[in-house]
Amino acid sequence: MSTEATPNLAGADGAAQAAPELAETGAVVETPFKRFVSEFFESRVAMGALFTLVAIIVAAILAPLITPQDPYDLGQVDIMDGRLPPGSEAFAEYTMVLGSDGAGRDLYSAILYGLRISLAVGITSGLIAIAIGMSVGLLAAYVGGRVEAIIMRIVDLQLSFPAALVALMLVALLGKGIDKIILALVVAQWAYYARTVRGSALVERSKEYVEAAASLGLSHARIMFRHILPNCLAPLIVVGTIQTAHAIALEATLSFLGVGLPQTEPSLGVLIANGFEYMLSGKYWISVFPGLALLITIVSINLVGDQLRDVLNPRLKR
Amino acid sequence: MSEFMIRRFFQSAIVILAMSAIVFFGVNVVGDPVDMLINPEADQADIEATIRALGLDRPIGEQYLFFLKGIWVGDFGKSFIFGQPALQLILQRMPATMELAFAALFLSIIIGIPLGLFAGLKPESKVSKGIMASSIMGFSLPTFWVGLMMIIIFAVELGWLPSTGRGDTATFLGITSSLFTLDGLSHVCLPAFNLALLKISLVVRLTRAGTREAVHQDYIKFARAKGLSNRRIVGVHLLKNILIPVVTVIGLEFGSLIAFSVVTETIFAWPGMGKLLIESILVLDRPVIVAYLMIIVALFVFINLVVDIVYSLLDPRVRLRDQGA
Amino acid sequence: MRNVTTSVGCACAAVALMAGLATSVSAESLTIGISAEATSVDPHFHNLTPNNQIATHIFGGLVNQDSKQTMLPGLAVSWKPIDDLTWEFKLREGVKFHDGTDFNADDVVCSFTRAPDVPNSPSSFGTYTKGKTVVKVDDMTVHIKTETPYPVMVNDVSLIHIVSNEKGCSGTTEQFNNGDVTVGTGPYKFVSYTPGEKIVLTGNPDYWGDKPVFSDVTLRPIKSSPSRVAALLAGDVDMIDGVPTADLATLKKNDDLQISEGVSNRVIYLHLDHFRDDSPFVKAKDGGPIKNPLRDAKVRKAISMAISREAIAERVMEGQAIPAGQLLPDGFFGVSENLKPMEYDAKGAKALLTEAGYPDGFQLRIHGPNDRYINDAKIAEAIAQMLTRVGVQTDVETMPRSVYFKRASRGSPEGLPEFSFVLVGWGAGSGEASSPLRALLHTYDKDRGFGASNRGRYSNAEVDKLIEEALATVDDAKRQDLLAKATEIAIEDGGIIPLHYQVNAWAAKKGISYRARTDEQTRAYDVFKE
Repeated sequence: MSTEATPNLAGADGAAQAAPELAETGAVVETPFKRFVSEFFESRVAMGALFTLVAIIVAAILAPLITPQDPYDLGQVDIMDGRLPPGSEAFAEYTMVLGSDGAGRDLYSAILYGLRISLAVGITSGLIAIAIGMSVGLLAAYVGGRVEAIIMRIVDLQLSFPAALVALMLVALLGKGIDKIILALVVAQWAYYARTVRGSALVERSKEYVEAAASLGLSHARIMFRHILPNCLAPLIVVGTIQTAHAIALEATLSFLGVGLPQTEPSLGVLIANGFEYMLSGKYWISVFPGLALLITIVSINLVGDQLRDVLNPRLKR
Repeated sequence: MSEFMIRRFFQSAIVILAMSAIVFFGVNVVGDPVDMLINPEADQADIEATIRALGLDRPIGEQYLFFLKGIWVGDFGKSFIFGQPALQLILQRMPATMELAFAALFLSIIIGIPLGLFAGLKPESKVSKGIMASSIMGFSLPTFWVGLMMIIIFAVELGWLPSTGRGDTATFLGITSSLFTLDGLSHVCLPAFNLALLKISLVVRLTRAGTREAVHQDYIKFARAKGLSNRRIVGVHLLKNILIPVVTVIGLEFGSLIAFSVVTETIFAWPGMGKLLIESILVLDRPVIVAYLMIIVALFVFINLVVDIVYSLLDPRVRLRDQGA
Repeated sequence: MRNVTTSVGCACAAVALMAGLATSVSAESLTIGISAEATSVDPHFHNLTPNNQIATHIFGGLVNQDSKQTMLPGLAVSWKPIDDLTWEFKLREGVKFHDGTDFNADDVVCSFTRAPDVPNSPSSFGTYTKGKTVVKVDDMTVHIKTETPYPVMVNDVSLIHIVSNEKGCSGTTEQFNNGDVTVGTGPYKFVSYTPGEKIVLTGNPDYWGDKPVFSDVTLRPIKSSPSRVAALLAGDVDMIDGVPTADLATLKKNDDLQISEGVSNRVIYLHLDHFRDDSPFVKAKDGGPIKNPLRDAKVRKAISMAISREAIAERVMEGQAIPAGQLLPDGFFGVSENLKPMEYDAKGAKALLTEAGYPDGFQLRIHGPNDRYINDAKIAEAIAQMLTRVGVQTDVETMPRSVYFKRASRGSPEGLPEFSFVLVGWGAGSGEASSPLRALLHTYDKDRGFGASNRGRYSNAEVDKLIEEALATVDDAKRQDLLAKATEIAIEDGGIIPLHYQVNAWAAKKGISYRARTDEQTRAYDVFKE
């Protein structure tokens, strides 16, 4: 749930410290990618999680093709269909496999559409945060000196605040809306990436190949992005995976608190929050099914992230 | 050393000042608190009178200067809806949040460490796998959802514990807290566990990782060679070594407990400052939002400063680097 | 994991058990979980329902409103207008404040002086005291003078709580909160107030009216609705207000509980843009500009006909609403007997649209709050669904009330209402029809305080004239007719489109019942045992 737990869970520190060993192991194995793949699939749980995750993403992308209703088109939603139990027949003559919510949305459709929004929010904010954090972290490590000191002070300061609080604060300042949530999540996350990238980039910078590249007269930007960055990607991927799960969960929590996304085009979090009021009424499906969808999504992302970390972090392989 | 401290002090002051501006201007562009406050029956003249009384008719820059002037003498302004000083409101609610956070911290340690130790010592056992799977669930499940589930199970269905609210308080060693009464303890159980859930998962994972690394260390091997009992090795030598990093991290996580108490307090109707914050956000009680955030910022900046100073005292390299920069 | 969790669980349970034994519960105690928290115990600090409902426990006005908002004698035993500009109130003899001092005219005069003038008040009681001068005639008589004839005097007076001249009148809000000056004449005495946690009261054995049934009352704010219901089910509270519609059906089936319901004075309605030819959220079918069709009375009627109020009441509100045809439900002062809820008729609506020159409909956006009225966002969605079916393609935008009301009232660059089609509610605090008429349907007039919430800027000279005449008519029968007439004209003209009256529900343990109040307040004094 909490994004601030990430450095410890994902091992941003661990990953950063592990980076030198990583690079070394990477250097001795001929096809690191193949080895990585085979190691990743050593764990059946991780394999299952990855397939689940892929299935979820595909289902979310294909939502309009595989659902009977567009839950955001009010012409297709009928309040007379509201709160029907799973398996009921909708007015428009299709079966509501998972039942319907209070506004008459087919829950199966609403979950897949909501998943789209949740994933989009999580991934978009993650990508933007990575782009910012990566550039800043690289810059700090590469330039050093005063610039690095200032950047890292800001990063440290930001990291000392719980991400949930930062996000809450921002939506309080910015107001509701999908763009604002994404912005809040970016601000809450970028510092993790900055620290991760800086940690591994610092190690890379002192390597001989960087000196060699510099002596060849390559531009700074080229050295930074073409030579140092690719070697810092492993920890970034690990942190990124688990951060995405946290971002999705955080969005759900903000929506529950009433400062998240609008209710008329619900994300998974909003669906759960809307269903929350039905939890004592016996209409379990309104809250439980979106909750399960969220749980499965987050757990599989976390499992994949865990396995990525184990595979990419040689210290744990004894 | 003193140069370092002065520099850090100024840095912190600048951060707090910058945050105050961001927060103040940010809060003041959203919505209009007057509509939240005023009785709908009030006519246009009443509305304007309220706007004037709250000082909202002034230019925003002027309001900010006024706010800064107030801070200088420790006045964060008065809450729009309570009419009381915002600082006083927050301090009133702080003990409730603190006791909740401490109780959660306590639970996460006494539950998390034994489980993590077990999972680390016997990584292949079924129980360990179960523990690790639960810990993944622990930080994947939304807090608010788990919270209500706990109320339904333990309060509504089983009737073991009270569902919401804070219990009776008592004063002990000058501290008034509900942790000192049985009624208070029974009330704090569910919310504290709800809040602790995430941290338990974290402690389990940290302890397990620490244990797995430690069992291969020389000192453990040496202790085994000396023929010490397993219980003594784990209970004294191993625990002592893995406890330090775990406790450090947990200490740093205290801040996030306070932040996440917003969710727990809302569900359990716990009269803490997290609930105050979210309610203030929903009705745009600007002075309280600003004061809360300023207090939190100052608190974190202060903790950071202390941590850095302690580090610099302990670790000469930190001082060197600071001078270099 | 399970072992440790179980043992911690057991420890907690053991603690709970011992705590339960430690505190024996008296049979006369009552704990109520309330949905809205008061911001102070000071009865003159904040003119808002949560505060006023606390004040009625401890204090009390010259006139009391019963559960149907009928005006009953309170601290005054009788009242009458002695001329067009003066009302006489005869005070109740032998009433004592909680501290033992006698109640007399001085307390009334000073309370009316303090009420509009509390420092930092977010919403002042000046709304009810302005233009009135309170004069002590003798110890048991006061006169209230106005500059113009003022028929709703009694309603206004009922909202001002009387505090003690010796203590309350010179007290600060803080002194009220900590109990120093919290001395009233009401059925309950103040014990303690812990913000965010509880207000504790104890019965006043010397109350001049019926003695309170419960001697120990605790009001606990629990804002989250599921938590409030859970607290009732767990037995932590004896009664709750604001029962969410979602849980009502289940709670009604529960044999251990008792539900009390009652219609409120709150009408949920739609306001339409009456004043702009180019309305920002109305577009032609193809998305191009269009001359605002909402200014055409036929279109307004068609919209009203296209809405199935029954469906909203049954499906969205789960029975917690009564379809509305005017501003207040039957039985209130000033309602019209001729107005009935508009019948749902989709075909008729289409025909009317065609007649008005919009055979293909147009595009419209409905704006509404999502945290103000019962199921507000869902109602907006339902209306959009229904209008879309008759060709008025409607989409929905809902927002938190903290943003919504500013934009709906004065959000455009010129400070005018920003939206074209809004969902709002109005509760008549005074309990009669002049309150919504002057605020919602009178032409907007800042200087005279008319149309303050006229978010569609509806303007009809005939309606204005009737309202103003009613507000100057002291004779009740005449005023009733004038108000009813004004309502009929404005509603038939589509000034606003009424949807439904909210029905509020309270749930309590078996054996406890609540006299449901139309003003939505929760008062321990209205709770009784069966």
